[in-house]
Amino acid sequence: MTPHDFIQIVLFIAILTGLTPILGTYMGKVFTGKKHIMLPVFGWLERRIFRFVGADPAEETNWKSYAFSLLMFNFIGFVFVFLIQRFQAYLPLNPENLPNVSWHSALNTSISFVTNTNWQGYAGETTMSYFVQMIGLTVQNFVSAATGIAVMLAVVRGLSRKSTDKIGNFWTDLARSTLYVLLPLSILLAIALIGQGVVQNFKPYEPIQTLQGAHQVLPMGPAASQIAIKQLGTNGGGFFNANSAHPFENPTPFSNFLQILAIFLLPASLTYSYGKMVGSARQGWAIFTVMLILFLAGLSISLYAEYSGNPVFGNLPMMEGKETRFGITNSVLFSMVTTDASCGAVNAMHDSLSPLSGMVTIINMMLGEVIFGGVGAGLYGMFIFVILTVFIAGLMVGRTPEFLGKKIGAFEVQMAIIANLATSFAILVFTAWASVSSYGLASLNNAGPHGFSEILYAYTSAAGNNGSAFAGLNSNTLFYNLTLGLVILIGRFGVIIPVLAIAGSMAGKNITPPSSGTFRTDNWLFIGLLIGVILIVGGLTYFPSLSLGPIVEHLLMNNGISF
Amino acid sequence: MSTKLNTSLFNKKILLQAAKDSVIKLNPAILIKNPVIFIVAIGSVLTTIIVLMGIMQGSFSSFNFQIAVWLWFTVLFANFAEAIAEGRGKAQAESLRNSRTQTKARKIMGKQEVSTFATELKKGDIVVCEAGDVIPSDGEVIEGIASVDESAITGESAPVIRESGGDRSAVTGGTKVISDQIFIRIATEPGNTFIDRMIALVEGAKRQKTPNEIALSILLSGLSIIFLLAVATLPAFFGYSLTASGLPMSQNLTIPVLIALLVCLIPTTIGGLLSAIGISGMDRLIQRNVIATSGRAIEAAGDVDVLLLDKTGTITLGNRMATDFIPAEGVTVEELANAAQISSLSDETPEGRSIVILAKEKFGIRGREVHQLSATFIPFTAQSRMSGVDLKADDGSVNKIRKGSSEAIRSFVQNNNGFYPQNIQDIVIELARQGATPLVVAEDKKVLGVVHLKDIVKGGIKQRFAELRKMGIKTVMITGDNALTAAAIAAEAGVDDFMAEATPEDKLRRIRTEQVNGHLVGMIGDGTNDAPALAQADIGIAMNTGTQAAREAGNMVDLDSNPTKLIEVVEVGKQLLMTRGSLTTFSIANDVAKYFAIIPAIAIALYSGKNGIGPLSALNIMNLGSPQSAILSAVIFNAIIIILLVPLALKGVRYRPVSANAALSRNLLIFGLGGIIAPFIGIKLIDLLINL
Repeated sequence: MTPHDFIQIVLFIAILTGLTPILGTYMGKVFTGKKHIMLPVFGWLERRIFRFVGADPAEETNWKSYAFSLLMFNFIGFVFVFLIQRFQAYLPLNPENLPNVSWHSALNTSISFVTNTNWQGYAGETTMSYFVQMIGLTVQNFVSAATGIAVMLAVVRGLSRKSTDKIGNFWTDLARSTLYVLLPLSILLAIALIGQGVVQNFKPYEPIQTLQGAHQVLPMGPAASQIAIKQLGTNGGGFFNANSAHPFENPTPFSNFLQILAIFLLPASLTYSYGKMVGSARQGWAIFTVMLILFLAGLSISLYAEYSGNPVFGNLPMMEGKETRFGITNSVLFSMVTTDASCGAVNAMHDSLSPLSGMVTIINMMLGEVIFGGVGAGLYGMFIFVILTVFIAGLMVGRTPEFLGKKIGAFEVQMAIIANLATSFAILVFTAWASVSSYGLASLNNAGPHGFSEILYAYTSAAGNNGSAFAGLNSNTLFYNLTLGLVILIGRFGVIIPVLAIAGSMAGKNITPPSSGTFRTDNWLFIGLLIGVILIVGGLTYFPSLSLGPIVEHLLMNNGISF
Repeated sequence: MSTKLNTSLFNKKILLQAAKDSVIKLNPAILIKNPVIFIVAIGSVLTTIIVLMGIMQGSFSSFNFQIAVWLWFTVLFANFAEAIAEGRGKAQAESLRNSRTQTKARKIMGKQEVSTFATELKKGDIVVCEAGDVIPSDGEVIEGIASVDESAITGESAPVIRESGGDRSAVTGGTKVISDQIFIRIATEPGNTFIDRMIALVEGAKRQKTPNEIALSILLSGLSIIFLLAVATLPAFFGYSLTASGLPMSQNLTIPVLIALLVCLIPTTIGGLLSAIGISGMDRLIQRNVIATSGRAIEAAGDVDVLLLDKTGTITLGNRMATDFIPAEGVTVEELANAAQISSLSDETPEGRSIVILAKEKFGIRGREVHQLSATFIPFTAQSRMSGVDLKADDGSVNKIRKGSSEAIRSFVQNNNGFYPQNIQDIVIELARQGATPLVVAEDKKVLGVVHLKDIVKGGIKQRFAELRKMGIKTVMITGDNALTAAAIAAEAGVDDFMAEATPEDKLRRIRTEQVNGHLVGMIGDGTNDAPALAQADIGIAMNTGTQAAREAGNMVDLDSNPTKLIEVVEVGKQLLMTRGSLTTFSIANDVAKYFAIIPAIAIALYSGKNGIGPLSALNIMNLGSPQSAILSAVIFNAIIIILLVPLALKGVRYRPVSANAALSRNLLIFGLGGIIAPFIGIKLIDLLINL
């Protein structure tokens, strides 16, 4: 590694940490209905929308209604995206005359985009029309991210209120996070990206002749607008198949830097908004610190592994599959950020990472996408771990465990366990199925433990709503489209519903004022403890599967065998 | 009570009984109450079946047999832990049962006395007891006064006075009247008496899981299911790896090995000890002579963060003593002493007696018979806040002497068109500032002077409160004194807050306010007027000497009637929760080492070359002898650790009054870090022994 690599990482963390309180404060104002700078710009739109649907944005509901609204909204979004893919040939904005999408691919894609996963079994430029990309996928990129924020807001309200059953209004949360957070930021980022050379047009694909005389078709389209939200909303669904490794999607080192930053920006800033909303910025910083430490740990291991190289090839850093334009550090940084944040955009092929780095990307996702995590989703996923930590460790101070003054009872533990169980079930059972069935194994490109890692990666990515692929696995088959779609649903709603239930139950509780007998959740001890629980509870579940995949592959590589 | 004799952890008789019970508890109907151990039991049965099938097919697997044996031991050890905790309770219950009355009761029907069985007494029946009678059931003295031997329940042999009215009217079935005669109204239905409840409690017969225990059980079951998933999917992953290594499927993991892995991963340590911890928490409370009506109450005790403490008896040494008479202007000391003494003659409160004693010591004023003075005694009430006598003079006029708080006397005097002098007020304020209690004496409309009642703060109580503060518990002193006096004593004792001139209604209101603000309140009380507050408090400890109403209202009864007991109860509650949390942490942290023992052992052949030792043997960081011995060592460690931790579960982790942060750091170091390291050492040692 050169000093430049270090400078870039330090700069990245410094800018991220600097922006967190700024954006966090702004979002805190938006979510609590205070005055803020975007109100004059989009306020009329919010008022008009609510007047149009005849709803009162201030009317709040209990957790069940909140969950019902959320599910209905996502279901309608799913049906809509599914249908326009099935009929895209008859719809406008299809200059390449792309055919209708197969039913199982369309099913998988609509599930995937509605749930902020953006697993792409298809190749964008050869499958989806501009209409589907814009009206279907980009819209879902916005609202699926906003859905994550809404769930997180419901939990934060549950934690900060007392003795009520109201946890907010889903539609208000959805509208405000879309209009005042995602939309303005996306516009800014899209303009910056266009400035760097990302394409944004409705032209048909351009055939060109290269200098060597070969014929090539250059894909076009409204890319910048989708890429901005793809990064900001931790969606990750690339406009082009190569995602952010495509020069039209990610042309310059600066655009690369912006894209990496954009992935972490909202998840990081939301920790600050959370702190503000529960009345203690320290609480937010504690969560931020946990996320940052886990991120840095993964990044260090991964950089170490990549720069140690492969002994089979003379211990040189391996460039195959990396983003050659930006170098190894940028490839690794991007891979860590995108798997930590459940984004799934990639600028390098994770399949080509060394076994240890590949394992870190898998672990990042296995831990439940809580290292910054998806927009909103990272924080509410983290609350699951916080509840478990507080419950296990809180007993050790000799009181019924409490988090922010709320006593953790059987119901919360049960819901936290269900959320945890949902993800482990989805990952383990479906990986097991795929790794012994002929239709699961037929899609493999690589043999040995690496092939196993590919399957494990796919289901982990789906369950974590990450959406990135290890590559090397042909997942656009009936089996994978259906099972991955199912795993995505379990991984998304198997967590959201228990989390909302926790929010509802927490809101009903009284708040015990803190004293020196209170188990504190804003100091270094807690930070260490939470990291420990995330690693042990998350790690213990997957240690056997990791040993048989990346760990054994790493050990074999050190013995001079590779796959 | 026998608990005082039976505190040794390992009594031979209990051990033997527990060993027997741990086999009886193999009954699936009992086992299923503990899901984690139930999973182990299913694993034991399956492994045993596989061993037996092997024998029938002529191939005995010594490895599988050993796994099966140790799995059975794991279940038995967990049963043993519970049985030994229960055993100690049963021994106590035995002695209680002996004291339960079999005698007949003398029931009053109208004017007649009918002999009936104690067990047939209903609530509301009235019985009479004379010297030598065993009180048939719980009740309230409605007439008479008697000394009662309560050693059957308190272990205290000195008799206590029980009398009608007042705050010492409750009697307990099974105790014995040793003098005089009392009439008792039975207050409980048969089978639900104090002793019945105590027996049920110590036996753990009606033991219900407490809210916290339920939450923890859910966590443990949930973790078990997650590990079940991890183990159940392993053969598939393994199958893939075998194919990739070019090995036959017959080398896939066997069921005994999978079960061994599962049992090692699920939290068997805490699962096996959980109920023992709960029972022994109750036990520790009983050893302190406190009876809780439910396990829930003990748990809540750990959560209490506001303690309402009566000043008298808890903070100050029992009673205030009169130390001085300070007359008003124009009144002699003798006049004041005389009036104070007359007004106190029938005053049975310690303060009243101390005035009589002081008057005698200082001025030689002798005791007089109240009825000879044709006087009517006016007792103290919390509302009037004064007491005294009405003396009927020969001319028929009534002479009212009163003593009481300055406010009460001021309004008394003013109601009689008298004048409350400024210098009296000055004296009152000055005494109060010193933390003393000024008692103003007045005769009709004339204020005679002030009696200086001195409070003596208990030694060591200040430090106790400082400890409580460290634990995050706020102490509120409750006193009938005026604000100034209260403030002085509060400062001297170091309580956080005080309630001066508190009426029972004030107490109740205070508890409600604290609860609305999210606090859990603990209090101790005895009188009938404490009952509403005791019922409202999250932890209400009634003194055994108190009224039946108070005992019914509270959720604990302190047999020693010692007000400082509240603090000990809180400590027992905290210790119980700490023990659970610490052993849970220990149990989960253990898994790390077990993985490092088992994964390299089962995966040794994968991707191996000719020597049969694959790359994953690099994970064998403990350098264990052989794959079999590695798995066996992990299983043996897992079983033995339960037995090794039984004493800790019964005694509870060491408790210190420190802040939450300090307690957490300490327990985390011992049980978290220790939990990660201990099994590495333990498994290695067992492996060395096996491979000897």
